[in-house]
This record gives sequence, C-alpha cells and structure tokens, in this order.
Amino acid sequence: MQMPSPDARIMARKAQVVQRLTEALGERGVIHDPSETRAYECDALTAYRCPPLCVVLPSTTEEVSAALRICHEENVPVVPRGSGTSLAGGALPTADSVILGVSRMNRVLETDTADRIIRVQTGRTNLSVTGAVEELGFFYAPDPSSQLACAIAGNIAMNSGGAHCLKYGVTTNNLLGVTMVQMDGTVVEIGGAHMDAGGLDLLGVICGSEGQLGVVTEATLRILPKPEGALPVLMGYDSAEAAGACVADIIKAGVLPVAIEYMDRPCIRACEAFAKAGYPDCEALLIVEVEGSADEINHQLETILKIARDHDPVEIRAAQDADEAARIWLGRKSAFGAMGQINDYMCLDGTIPVSALPEVLKRIGELSDQYGLGVANVFHAGDGNMHPLILFDANKEGDLEKCEEMGADILRLCVEVGGCLTGEHGVGVEKRDLMTVQFEPQDLEAQMKVKDVFDPKWLLNPAKVFPLAASEGRRA
Amino acid sequence: MIRPGSEAELAEALRDATGPLSVRGGGTRGLLPDGTPLSTSALSGITLHDPAALTLVALAGTPVEEIDAALAKANQRLAFEPMDHRALLGTTGTPTIGGVVAANVSGPRRMQVGAARDHLLGLRFVDGEGTVVKNGGRVMKNVTGYDLARLVAGSRGALGVITEVALKVLPGTETAASLVIRGLDDATAVRAMSEALGTPFEVSGAAHDPQAQGGARTVLRIEGFAPSVEYRCRALAERLASHGAWEVETDREAVRVDWRGIRDVAPFHGTAGDVWRVSVRPSQAAELVARAGAEQAFYDWGGGLIWLRCAEGDDLRARLGRYDGHATLVRAAPETHAKLHTLQPEPLAVQALTRGLRETFDPRGILAA
Repeated sequence: MQMPSPDARIMARKAQVVQRLTEALGERGVIHDPSETRAYECDALTAYRCPPLCVVLPSTTEEVSAALRICHEENVPVVPRGSGTSLAGGALPTADSVILGVSRMNRVLETDTADRIIRVQTGRTNLSVTGAVEELGFFYAPDPSSQLACAIAGNIAMNSGGAHCLKYGVTTNNLLGVTMVQMDGTVVEIGGAHMDAGGLDLLGVICGSEGQLGVVTEATLRILPKPEGALPVLMGYDSAEAAGACVADIIKAGVLPVAIEYMDRPCIRACEAFAKAGYPDCEALLIVEVEGSADEINHQLETILKIARDHDPVEIRAAQDADEAARIWLGRKSAFGAMGQINDYMCLDGTIPVSALPEVLKRIGELSDQYGLGVANVFHAGDGNMHPLILFDANKEGDLEKCEEMGADILRLCVEVGGCLTGEHGVGVEKRDLMTVQFEPQDLEAQMKVKDVFDPKWLLNPAKVFPLAASEGRRA
Repeated sequence: MIRPGSEAELAEALRDATGPLSVRGGGTRGLLPDGTPLSTSALSGITLHDPAALTLVALAGTPVEEIDAALAKANQRLAFEPMDHRALLGTTGTPTIGGVVAANVSGPRRMQVGAARDHLLGLRFVDGEGTVVKNGGRVMKNVTGYDLARLVAGSRGALGVITEVALKVLPGTETAASLVIRGLDDATAVRAMSEALGTPFEVSGAAHDPQAQGGARTVLRIEGFAPSVEYRCRALAERLASHGAWEVETDREAVRVDWRGIRDVAPFHGTAGDVWRVSVRPSQAAELVARAGAEQAFYDWGGGLIWLRCAEGDDLRARLGRYDGHATLVRAAPETHAKLHTLQPEPLAVQALTRGLRETFDPRGILAA
C-alpha cells in the first residue's frame, strides 16, 4: 500500500502552520511535538503508521472552521479523526497533513423523546449516545462492534453498521441532520429534526464519504423506543449449506429477526477456548435474535425453531432468561478478541447476496488451502456482510503481504458473486486500490466529481477511497 | 416523446440533446418541466427478485403495480409504501419504480421503516452528458465509495436519468389493525401520536384528519402476526387511555383501504386549491398548521408530515416563517410553481453545493428538473 510522498514545501512551513493554528485554537488545541503527534500515527489498521505534521483538537464548530480555513489558505491536507478505530485506515495521516480530531466535542446538545431525536457533538462515542437516552426508554440503533470507543463522527464518515442492521438499518438510515464544516471553513446546516431533504439529499452523500467532503461537528440522530425484550437462539449445523438454507428459509417465512449471526468451526473453537460460552463443536453456528413481549418472542421462536429443525441441526438452544441470552452472545461478542489471542489476523468486510453464502464459503476454503493461511468466518448472515478473519504471523517475513493478497482475492470473489468490497468498515486506504474491481472508471469519476464540488482543492483526506492513480490529477 | 428502448439508446438521446428535456417515468407525479418529453417507460421489467436475500432489481420504467404483484407472490412488499399521486393531482398514466426513486416517494410507514431512499441498495443512471454511472449494488450493506445512489434518489432527475434500481424488500405482514379515536384537537392528537411512537409497540402508521366526516379522527396502525397485533393494540390503547377510549378496527380489508387513503391523501381528493406538503418536526406541527391558515390540513408520520390545502397562488411559506423543516408545492398551476418555486429555497451554502452538483452532472443544463 502506497501513500503519496509528503510535500516538502509544507513540511518546511510547519512552524508557520503551527503558529497560525495556535493563534486560532490556543496552545491547548494544537499538538506539534513529535513525541506527542506519534499517538496519532495510525488508527485500528495498525499495519500502517505515519505521524502527522501536527494535530488540532478543536472544542467548537467555530474552532473547526478556523482551523480548516487556515489549512485551506496554507494548502495543507487535513485528515479528520473521530476516535481512531477505523479498520480501513480512514484516519491514517501523511507526514504533511494536519490531523483534526473531534474528541473534545462530545456534548449532548438536545434530547427530545416526543420527536424521537437526539442532537450531539460528533466526538461523542456511539454507546454513550444510547447511554444518554437509555433511562428514558430509548436507544440509538447502529451498533458497530467498536461502539464503546468509536465516535459518531467516524460512524457518519464510514456509514457504520453493526449486528442489528437487518431490522434497524445503518447510520445513513438513522441520521437526520448535520452541521458540517467545509474545507474552506464554510459552515453548512443540512437536514434537522424533520425527515427527508427538501432539495438534493446532500446528507445521503455526506454520510459514508469518509471525511472527504467536510468535517461533521454536530448530528441529529433518530432514537428508537427500546423493545420490551429480546432473546437469542443458538443453532449448530454440520454444514455451511444447511446453515445457509436455514437462514434463507427464516427470511422467506416472513420473520424478520433483529440479528442473524454466523460463525464457522475455526471461529467457534477459538471463541469457546476464550470465552467458554458452551458452544457446540460443529461446522456452522447461527445466533438468531428476536424482539418483542414474552409472548411475541415465543411466537416468533416457534416459527424459527420449526424451520431450524427441518435442516437437521446438531444442537438448538433457546435462551430462557437474560443470563442464558448473555451466554449465547458472549462467544460471538468476544470473537475478534478470541482470534487475537491465538493469532495475528486481518479482518475483511465484503458483502455478498445471502443466497451466495455456501458457494463463497467453499471458495474461501479453497483460497485458504491455496495460500496456506487459515481463515475463520464470523459475520452478519441476515444481510450478507462477511467478516472472514485471515490468520497470519506478523513476525514471519512475507506473511502480511501473502495475507493481503489473499484478502484481495476474497474481496474480488465477493464482487464476482454480486456483492461489494466493504459492507461497514469503509474503503480508507485498505481497499482503495481494489476499487477498480467493483467500479468502472466512469463510476469512480462520478464520485470524484462530487468531491470536486465540496473540496475543490482536494485537501480533505485526499489519499483515501480512490486509487492514487485515479485521483492523481486532482490531488495537490 | 423520446422513448429509449435501452440504456445505450437513452445515453445517446442525452448526448444528442440540444435543449432541455422533460424527463418522466409514467408522468403521474406532476413533475413535468418544460422541454422535450423523454420517458423511461420502455425500460421495463424486473431483472432480479431474490426473496431470501430480500432484494429486487428492476428497470426504471417498470410499473409499480407489476413490482407489487411480483412481491406479493413471495409475501413481500416495498415497505416504504410509495403513495400514488394520481387521484390527488388528477393525473393519468402508470406510476413507475424509477419515478418513485427519483422523487423519493414514500407513504405512512416511512416514519417507522424509512423512505424510498432508505430502501435503495443501488442504481444505474445516465448523467446530463450521457455517461452511464453505476453506484451501490444489490446487497444490504455497502459502503464502497460515495453513496451517489442516495444523492440521485429524490433529485427529481436533476442529476441524471435513472435506468435501473435495486431495492431492499421486506416480508409482508400476516395482519394489520387500527386504533381510532375521535375528537382530539390537533395539538393533543400530535402528542398522542408521539406517545404511541415512543412505545415499543412498533406503530407503523400515525395520522390525524382534523376535518374528517364525523369529527377529527386520529388513527394508529399496528402490523404483524395476529397474536402480536392483538396484544399490541390492547397494550397501546391502555397506554393512551388518558386521551379517551380507542376503538380497534380489525377488519383487514377496512384497515387496508383506510391506510391506502391516508397514503394517497384521500381527504384532499376532488378538492380545489393548491396542495403543499410540509416536512416538520412533529412537536411544531400543530402550531405551524395554526399559522398556515389553510383551508384544510391533514397530518401523517405522527405529525412529521403535514398536507395543507390553500387558496390558489397563496404564498404559504411566507406565513409559515421559520421552522425546522421544508414545504414543497405539490399541486398548483404552472404560474404558481414558477412564482413560488416548487421546492423550499435553501440557505446560501446549501444552494452553492446544489448548484455545483447540478453543473457537474449536467453542465449543459438539459435536465430541466
């Protein structure tokens, strides 16, 4: 993976840039000592690191505007950063860039349960949005695995999902309005506490634009009343085909579970060793969760269990109470941690049509043999969002490169069967150079033309999303 | 009328155009700007329906009724229940799925499950220079590149002509019921609807008709499996008892017809005057209606959507003043559309972005949306 070489002219002007930013934001708002900027050298894609020129941590929208205006005048690239949990390198700096972190802007600005909205500053973490409305009986639906740490700013930039999207949608479906600062410092208000755009749906294209169109400082989010209850059921199968067919039949039967999670044998074994959740040792494990009152849950579970039994399960276990429910989820929720205990791994994020599941799993197995690298599969089966974990040894020469090659092959496979490169993590730098697998040049051109309108100088997070060769003529 | 039979022909027609085009699907939604008529109606047909993946792909000119029928066979539906504008506007023709997406047309269930744009998985469109662009895909979760699909949805053809759409579909429901109460004033009705929507009982429709025959009528919809619908109706009526006694309508056909009428703004059918559609923060809705001084008002989306009928040529926006939302002129004489503008004027910074995007995708200005 390549990043553009830093602009020596900008590096030479560091003192001047830092001075101007400090005048605008105060000493407290600017970090420029190399020993401190190092903390911002990477996000959760830790394979790539590069300390930025400096870091600004504004406290208000006005400060964000002032910082961006200065960088715009100085022609310095800016990399926006939420909590730095991106798995795609969305917040990876270049040496000539300023990191703009929104972490100090984390207040709740307004909560209104009658209109079912909350307005927050975007440095606030995902889980603490729910935390702010939980006692009122509400929650914020998108729930990425990193929800304890990840910021709403990053969720909006990446259009983050989670385990419960099948029913509640992803960030774009739960975002009503934003305050956004453009690269030249212009502050723009889009949407609000009402639904749908009056003109062009700018909110729709801002969400998921990976911090390339503007810095979102405030957001109005839809909150939902908490369901009366929820219970998971666990089912084990001897083949991926049987589990896949079971998922398809559940969906076709008209039941819409709130989540359908899938784990394969390597993942089940790792989770079992780590969390001791009592999972059966089988080829494929499904966790299906339904919501409602006790009677409603039972009624839905009856339908689901009947379908599950038709596919010869090796085990079926429906949770009877909150403790059992927690045990069923325990393994799944610790999956990434469990795999991390036994191996270095790379987590992929392609999405496929649910019907292609058995074929894709079979071909991932073949790729695993071909490359000689193990794969554990854990994913959101209801919406086809796969997270194959490729196991490798970071200390072994050439293993990371081999792993990346195999990952690229898996993502090509996802596109080939009608899916896409990334379902919820974003393109960042990680999948940037694979974009041409999914898109024709004119498709990418159309996207880049949108950035031309929002950020004509291409200073905001410029080295992401688009292959460097494709964006070359546009970047400064 | 230009009526391309393929995407390539459509692209050619756009490249060859020398003046403004008036792009339409079935032309039922009253969005017919001046220009040479171009219809997508010959680009028709469902190209994929994968029930287990909850996915449907169709060419833009496919009639909505053809899609409804195909989905019904698999007990599925377009959950955002797009409204049919024909009776309200007095138009004829066949509503198409491309038109639904291009105008982001949704119905009462929008507040629970999202709008048309929320069910859009991907699309293909031809921009004003005749370039074919693909965006999104056919899978449920997809954050690969910018979400142009949502930008084009609701753009009313301003950025390009949609040729194919991929939509998320959802299971149909076993049954539906309505809770009805009479005589609430607007402010109380909106409060009652907000209370209902704040419960976990998954209310999938909440409308209020202040001038209904027999007195103001507030109605809530519950859908799902029969025992669950029965349970939730009971629980909800108890929760909202402070507003009076709620009557439960369980006749499935009566409930369907009632909500079809709400979807299509039936109280305004056969009336005269301009029709406005106002998206608003629910808690401001009743006050806004009081300010509007309209001849007739109708609330959907729990108060988040207000339909207003005003005297011809009346500048409603001037009377509404500032609020959180926007007003669209839906039915009026062409002169009124020209004088008052169809869409709510936007703040300068938003206008600049909108203008920039239009000039980028349609530099010659042939897409006269």
